[in-house]
Amino acid sequence: MKSALATLGGALSGPRWRRPDAWSIGTLLIAAVLALPILVIFAHVFIPASEVWEHLRQTVLQDYVVNSLILMLGVGVGVLLIGVPTAWLVSMCDFPGRRIFEWALLLPLAMPAYIIAYTYTGMLDFAGPVQTQIRELTGWGYGDYWFPEIRSLSGAIAMLTLVLYPYVYLLSRAAFLEQSICVLEVSRTLGSSPWSGFRRVALPLARPAIITGLTLALMETLADYGTVEYFGIPTFTTGIFRTWFGLGDPGAAAQLAALMMTFVLVLIVLERYSRRRARFHHTSARYSRLPRYRLTGWARIGALVACLLPIVLGFLVPSTQLFQWALKTTHMWMQPQFLGLVWNSVSLAAIAAVLAVFLSLIMAYGKRLGPSRTTNAAVRIASMGYAIPGTVIAVGIMLPFAWIDNTIDSFMREAFGISTGLILSGTLVALVFAYCVRFLAVSLNTVEAGLAKIKPSMDDAARSLGSGPRTVLRRVHMPIMRGSILTALLLVFVDVLKELPATLILRPFNFNTLAVRAFELASDERLADSASAALAIVLVGIIPVILISRTISRSRPGHDTPA
Amino acid sequence: MIKRPITALASLAVAAVTALTLPLPALADGEVNVYSARQEALIKPLMDEFTEKTGIRVNIVSARADALLQRLRSEGRNTPADVLITVDAGNLHSAKEAGVLRPIESEVLKEAIPESYRDPDGYWYGLSMRARPIMYVKGKVDPEQLSTYEALADEQWRRSICVRSSSNVYNQSMVASMIIAHGEAETEEWARGLVANLAQPPRGGDRDQIRAAAAGVCDIAIANTYYLGQMLNSSDDAERAAAEAIGVFWPNQEDRGTHVNVSGAGLITHTENVDNAIKLMEFMASDRAQQWYAEANQEYPVKPGVEWSDTLTSLGEFEADSVNLGRLGEYNAEAVRLMDRVNWR
Repeated sequence: MKSALATLGGALSGPRWRRPDAWSIGTLLIAAVLALPILVIFAHVFIPASEVWEHLRQTVLQDYVVNSLILMLGVGVGVLLIGVPTAWLVSMCDFPGRRIFEWALLLPLAMPAYIIAYTYTGMLDFAGPVQTQIRELTGWGYGDYWFPEIRSLSGAIAMLTLVLYPYVYLLSRAAFLEQSICVLEVSRTLGSSPWSGFRRVALPLARPAIITGLTLALMETLADYGTVEYFGIPTFTTGIFRTWFGLGDPGAAAQLAALMMTFVLVLIVLERYSRRRARFHHTSARYSRLPRYRLTGWARIGALVACLLPIVLGFLVPSTQLFQWALKTTHMWMQPQFLGLVWNSVSLAAIAAVLAVFLSLIMAYGKRLGPSRTTNAAVRIASMGYAIPGTVIAVGIMLPFAWIDNTIDSFMREAFGISTGLILSGTLVALVFAYCVRFLAVSLNTVEAGLAKIKPSMDDAARSLGSGPRTVLRRVHMPIMRGSILTALLLVFVDVLKELPATLILRPFNFNTLAVRAFELASDERLADSASAALAIVLVGIIPVILISRTISRSRPGHDTPA
Repeated sequence: MIKRPITALASLAVAAVTALTLPLPALADGEVNVYSARQEALIKPLMDEFTEKTGIRVNIVSARADALLQRLRSEGRNTPADVLITVDAGNLHSAKEAGVLRPIESEVLKEAIPESYRDPDGYWYGLSMRARPIMYVKGKVDPEQLSTYEALADEQWRRSICVRSSSNVYNQSMVASMIIAHGEAETEEWARGLVANLAQPPRGGDRDQIRAAAAGVCDIAIANTYYLGQMLNSSDDAERAAAEAIGVFWPNQEDRGTHVNVSGAGLITHTENVDNAIKLMEFMASDRAQQWYAEANQEYPVKPGVEWSDTLTSLGEFEADSVNLGRLGEYNAEAVRLMDRVNWR
């Protein structure tokens, strides 16, 4: 079945034109600028290995590698186990509450990982209310009973899984919804059960989307600092910080980062490989409404529980805790400055989202027009930022920006006797640039996935009718992939809203965001005081999350026929 | 329908660009720019008071100390910052070493701040002080059993001590002070013993160690005084109850004294705004500011004769380690490596 599709797709795609150089150059240029901070970090690798590296190798390096690997493995399995089945259930089956689950399953996306870690620790820690209650009821003391330790490697896996599974859910749901009815109808007429239809047709077809979601989740896992630091787990990120700042050795820290990047490269290669074998655009335009499987009895209860659990654990429980804390600390948000924080966060996120998606569109389209090894490699390097901890990116931006500023300044001083000072450093430009570097992968992957689904024959048809590449993009592609563009916009928006370390260090004077406020208080171990800012991040984040879900529902071919 | 969110987000972006790039009106009496590793909430009220008194406006960027230092280094001579405020002498020392601070000659500062709490060459001045004593669970530990940091490595305390991760600069400075007192080999031996005595793998912050001790995980916690002070004044009943179960023991009173550290400030090398910057630092060393600063965060004023908060007074007086805090920074990297070797997470 799949190979038949692939052959068809291959036959239809036809020869590729490789004329417009302006696009390739633009793509290459943007990729180069966005890759700059990453390359700056890598340049540190060439500082000769110091004895600090030897020290790391002898003591803690093995811990970093093993813990990071286990963390990725655990989160990977976790997000697949939650993300894919729930996506399948809400797209293909019918059971009570399905329409609510469709969007509610995305809610944990609005929850920053470090905040969910703080709230669960507050609740489940030995000194927290849950265990205290247990001890009061039973009279047990420390060591008399077993209770899962939240601040452990498995705790970190659980926390990250709960907030990252929505990436897999989001992308696999979009893929399930777009699957041509014919394919599934054929599989049903050939007598496959719902289960084997899922396993043998829908799942393989959705694989590229699932892997993309998984890659995003795993890159985010590698870049996570807040959770692992709070849980005291030695991983690559905590190691990089410790080496850079505690041991004062940026070279060894960059070498650690480079080692970590090889993990990312493996991920990226994996993702490419999974896409390589087949083309995944659909060849039939004959879409019709999909009849859903009606679930009854135990299957229905099972589906309910499967969808309810991640929402309760990943969203309802932590936000209830935050809400409770926020009620106790009304003085934190009943002040006019609080609105300023909200405005700063929202406006920054909006600017970064629009810019990142705009750049992604150019790059993705440039790649489509003239795919070459150079552009591919440049785009890949540029999108590695997603797996690099924000502080490291921030340093990678600070160095070249300050260098540019200081060079211009020196030149102006010498030539004209005036000082231009810092033009880029410490401005919002630097900050927005950092967001683009950090979150390019999110928007690029989403936009590319959307573009890949458009048959090249469409381009050919439009071009043969006399449209230039720009017109094709604007009048043919963009309208078709509106859903993907909006999804990319909103994903970056939510990510920027949650972003912390780069914001903290690159921002201008007197400029605070919700994430900064939440973190400052939480890092001073004032969890309750930080709750209102954290809750505001979650609340602001919910709106785009619901919008994403609606877009995807509408993306289903023939969605206007009543379900 | 789908088109509208895109338009909305795009127009929001445009509006935001316009609003965020509007220049802020400059004030006639001048400004002073502060890079602060102390979070804004802790210093803002004091800065506002300074502005009210002098008309000088204070602009703040707060972030982690190490990140601010990196920013200062890369910005070089064009940095907009005039003053660096940070916690832990280790960080102040790194700033001095990195060449981003310049020495100040200020009689006011020298008079207000005792010698061990400022850099011998005047590169930085301590502004508030905190101690890192031994905290024990009242009723479970007899203070008679306690004596020194060194004694915490005794087998007697097997599985009964709580302390946070060695990634934290407070522990790094504490171990640095041990290295200064005993040398590296002996300190490593001690740290190995301490790690063997931990009741749980290090995790969470200082407050978590205090909470864990109160809940029965361990008998002894090592934590900074202001955390306990803040917990004692918390509006949360459980938090207060936990803190009240804890007693403070001042170790090493017979020899070098209890390990202490400071938050402090220094003048940025490349600033031209020297007068305003020094004015701000001198203001922070004034009686009024010292008292507020210390009271708001339950820290000790560095200036002798300024009254302590009631909570701190109730913890009792103690002899502080008189080693010049600048020296702790010199041993920071060594301390980190040592803790790596003994597997102090």
